[in-house]
Amino acid sequence: MKADDKRGIIIAAIIGFIGSLFIVKLFFLQVVDDSFKTSADNQALRYVTQYPARGIFYDRTGKLLAYNEAAYDLMVTPGLVDTEIDTVAFCDLVGISVEHFIARMNKARSYSKYRSSVFEKQIAAEDWGEIAQKLFKYPGFFGQKRALRHYPASSAAHVMGYLSEVSPVDIKNDSAYQKGDYIGVSGLERSYEKVLRGERGVKVLMVDVHNAVKGSYKNGELDVMPTPGKNLYTTLDRDLQLYGERLMKNKKGSIVAIEPETGEVLALVSSPAYNPNFLVGRNRTANFIQLVRNDTLDPLFNRATKAVYRPGSIFKVVQALVALDNEVINASTRFHCNRGIIACHGSHTYDDLRGAIQHSCNPYFWNVYKKLIEMGEYSSKFKDSAHGLTVWNEYVKSFGLGVQLNSDLEGIKSGFVPDKSFYDKWYGEYRWAFSTIYSNSIGEGELGVVPIQMANFAAILANRGFYYTPHFVRAIGDGNKQERFKKKHFTMVDSTYFEPVIDALDAVVNEPGGTARRARLDSITVCGKTGTVQNKNTPDHSAFIAFAPRENPKIAVSVYVEEAGFGGTFAAPIAGLMIQKYLTGETNAAKEKRILEADFIHLNTKEE
Amino acid sequence: MQSQRGNFWQDADWLIILLYTVMVIMGWLNIYAADFNESATSLFDFSQNYGKQIAWIGTAGILAVVILLVDSRFYDNFAYIFHGFFSLLLIAVLIVGSEIKGSQSWLVIGGISIQPAEFAKYGTALALAHYFSAQNADFKKLKTKLYSIVIIGIPVLLIMLQPDPGSTLVYASFALVLYREGMSGNVLLLGVAAALLFVITLFMELIEIPIPLTSTVLQGEYFLILIIAGLASAVLLLFKKRIKYIWKPIVTAALFSMVLVAGVNFIFNEVFEDRHRNRVHGLLGIISDPQGTGYNQHQSKIAIGSGGFTGKGYLQGTQTKFDFVPEQSTDFIFCTVGEEWGFLGTTLVILLFMVLFWRLIYLAERQRSRFARVFGYAVVSIFFFHFLVNVGMTIGLAPVIGIPLPFFSYGGSSLWSFTILLFTFIKLDATRRNVLA
Ligand SMILES: [Zn+2]
Repeated sequence: MKADDKRGIIIAAIIGFIGSLFIVKLFFLQVVDDSFKTSADNQALRYVTQYPARGIFYDRTGKLLAYNEAAYDLMVTPGLVDTEIDTVAFCDLVGISVEHFIARMNKARSYSKYRSSVFEKQIAAEDWGEIAQKLFKYPGFFGQKRALRHYPASSAAHVMGYLSEVSPVDIKNDSAYQKGDYIGVSGLERSYEKVLRGERGVKVLMVDVHNAVKGSYKNGELDVMPTPGKNLYTTLDRDLQLYGERLMKNKKGSIVAIEPETGEVLALVSSPAYNPNFLVGRNRTANFIQLVRNDTLDPLFNRATKAVYRPGSIFKVVQALVALDNEVINASTRFHCNRGIIACHGSHTYDDLRGAIQHSCNPYFWNVYKKLIEMGEYSSKFKDSAHGLTVWNEYVKSFGLGVQLNSDLEGIKSGFVPDKSFYDKWYGEYRWAFSTIYSNSIGEGELGVVPIQMANFAAILANRGFYYTPHFVRAIGDGNKQERFKKKHFTMVDSTYFEPVIDALDAVVNEPGGTARRARLDSITVCGKTGTVQNKNTPDHSAFIAFAPRENPKIAVSVYVEEAGFGGTFAAPIAGLMIQKYLTGETNAAKEKRILEADFIHLNTKEE
Repeated sequence: MQSQRGNFWQDADWLIILLYTVMVIMGWLNIYAADFNESATSLFDFSQNYGKQIAWIGTAGILAVVILLVDSRFYDNFAYIFHGFFSLLLIAVLIVGSEIKGSQSWLVIGGISIQPAEFAKYGTALALAHYFSAQNADFKKLKTKLYSIVIIGIPVLLIMLQPDPGSTLVYASFALVLYREGMSGNVLLLGVAAALLFVITLFMELIEIPIPLTSTVLQGEYFLILIIAGLASAVLLLFKKRIKYIWKPIVTAALFSMVLVAGVNFIFNEVFEDRHRNRVHGLLGIISDPQGTGYNQHQSKIAIGSGGFTGKGYLQGTQTKFDFVPEQSTDFIFCTVGEEWGFLGTTLVILLFMVLFWRLIYLAERQRSRFARVFGYAVVSIFFFHFLVNVGMTIGLAPVIGIPLPFFSYGGSSLWSFTILLFTFIKLDATRRNVLA
């Protein structure tokens, strides 16, 4: 009955052929070609970036200066947006205009139809609540949690600096950044960017075909927790900083206060200041433009570290110390106040060093500087001056003047102390002598300093001959102070020469006839020196440096008030108040009132 | 009534029963994986496919035992009755059936939905086997050809009317049975050729060919007819010397092809409505529609391809579980195998099917009765066709035609129908010695 069993074999062979064909095809599909793996991951896995919390800023007493608040980026996936949504209601909810909505949608679409991009940035948590509740009505939109800087004291903006969205160049140079990230562009936010930012993490989520999250992929095996940024324990004293900012209201200028025994900056005020919270969140761009373009006072400019002034009379203290160490004078050396050479003021005629500093005698320091430059090493007065200037320049630079302080705040200017090559370029080699450069003697001429250098100089006086690089961070996270801030920098002047000078600085503040009587405190011996920075077209700047107490000093200060005239009238009392506030916690209400009422910004406008 | 020599339980082919059991269990595991979600409470959650499938598997087991207990002569004797009964069901479904996804193919009886088309195959297989054994049919006779066409044609026509193209196409598998029983192998080749021509026609009629130097265009189907005529002429010219012997088959083939092209084109454009055309286009994947069938096959390949060599691990699949793959527990169940078990898993499943098919052919060939042999071949042909189209579809070697993968796909009707087919044959095989050759 068997009809044809060959046909059974043929059928079995056909079946076998198909089976083999399938296995071969599956081998190519599953083993050879791995593009399907990628396609599958692209479809079913969503890599959600876990943003690390940025390091927090504390002051030296543990008070908060900057922390992070929750904020949300409203993200959009254009391909999932329902074209029928009520655009007006949506714009109302988010708080944008319809034109804005259209522009943002176009931008998102041009980026990608199926990948999400930022629709509206940095929506504060309190605004987000309402949006989140209604977001379900608008498919294609979702929230991405980010953090927003918040500055509870609205203070120390110039020290902390601000953040800005990363540029394409930043992203190219450092793989740690992605589009939409924020990076510190000024202040400590910039110099400590690498420790503050932490490391991003990632969460791998599974999504279904409707883009709904279905849970963690492989039980979170591939997830990476973000590493939070390290906190910064700054050297600032929040209360002192706030007080300084208050005193500097309606004034242009700066206050820098340093703890001499450590080099820690207690306060750094640059005025006019701005509220650091302005440069955060949704209104950042508008506020930034306002601050940069529409404010002629340039509040973003850090005068304490970037404004270069001539040192004025304060420089006489440097001259005195250099001269003493070179033994061209001693404490009892006297010069006649010969006002024919250079002008002077006050009723003195033949001061010794103490008197000359106390009265800020210009002819005295003309003579001192002449002795320093013309030391008689060479018979040619040109060669002699060149040699003298070179020695003098080296001495002055050892005070941290004319050099860049290797601090942790970016962009501190180095100022300028002229040297031989500078004048050679100007006049030609051996074609200049003391008579050409004598204005340096009283801190005028080509000299340039920044306020933080002058505060550091006050610290050098307080320490009798050395300084620690002024710095703003005591510790990063759990770490110790950085080594470079623990190193003593000695000046070339022997510490024994400081006492007679300090004696004079004591007299400047505390003796009748001293130029800085307004800095005097009843219970504390303040030592200081006034300066007046002369300007060609504008009123003089008032400048003052001081430290206190005279024995075992705890604070060194420099104060600059632009266009406020003589140094003793405004800079000195501000320094006095700062010292009193820091050392006693109390202030003199009457003095304070006078300062708070002083206005050197709106002066001109009032007159008009 | 039972065997005179030996015991039925010894004579039953346990290898087939083992393969069946293994595949049904693997099938259920994959249905569970495809529909798995964390919120599910119990395996017997009857709102989930895997819960229902447990019930279907249980009842299929009972059905298998019942089939084995029934006297094997019953199937032979009642073959036409079965065929008639299922054909009546197919008529009934056209009148009172429920429409799901555009085809009226479900009968709802007491809350349970069944698909008569799945069972009609059984009746057809029995009827065909009965006809061949009883009438001592010979395929050289016209009568045999006609009877075969009638037996197979009745359910084909009825299912076409639903319309359920997938189930209709399954009847093409009977060609293998007829081939085994003496039909010319050329018919198989012609069938394959005609199917290819059919698909080519549908492709061609969508395109227009500009005629050089004129501003008119030639419709693709006319171009196709011209090509056929040209090819035939070329062959005749090349073999001029033997033209006496070859002109008849060549001209016949050419004319037949041209009529087929014209006919397909006419029916497609003049008789069909838009929805029919879209359905056919979609089924064959001619027009790629990212949201339609093209998308389905693409997703299916992604799921299988992403499994790699060893797979993502049981319940670790993302593409199937999260609905990227459509119909993931029914027509596209093979994707779950591919994604979670990898190349090792898919190869194992294919080898299991190969062993099953070859074993069934071996058993069919050892039958003394023509009834049992024809039925055996019907079983292996139906299974093979489902396997061919279903797996071919998921890996991109066959058009997207929705038919289940035997023992793996979710669905009561198909599982019952495959079980009935298989166990009827096991019963026939176990009692083969009782039959006088
Ligand atoms: Zn004088």
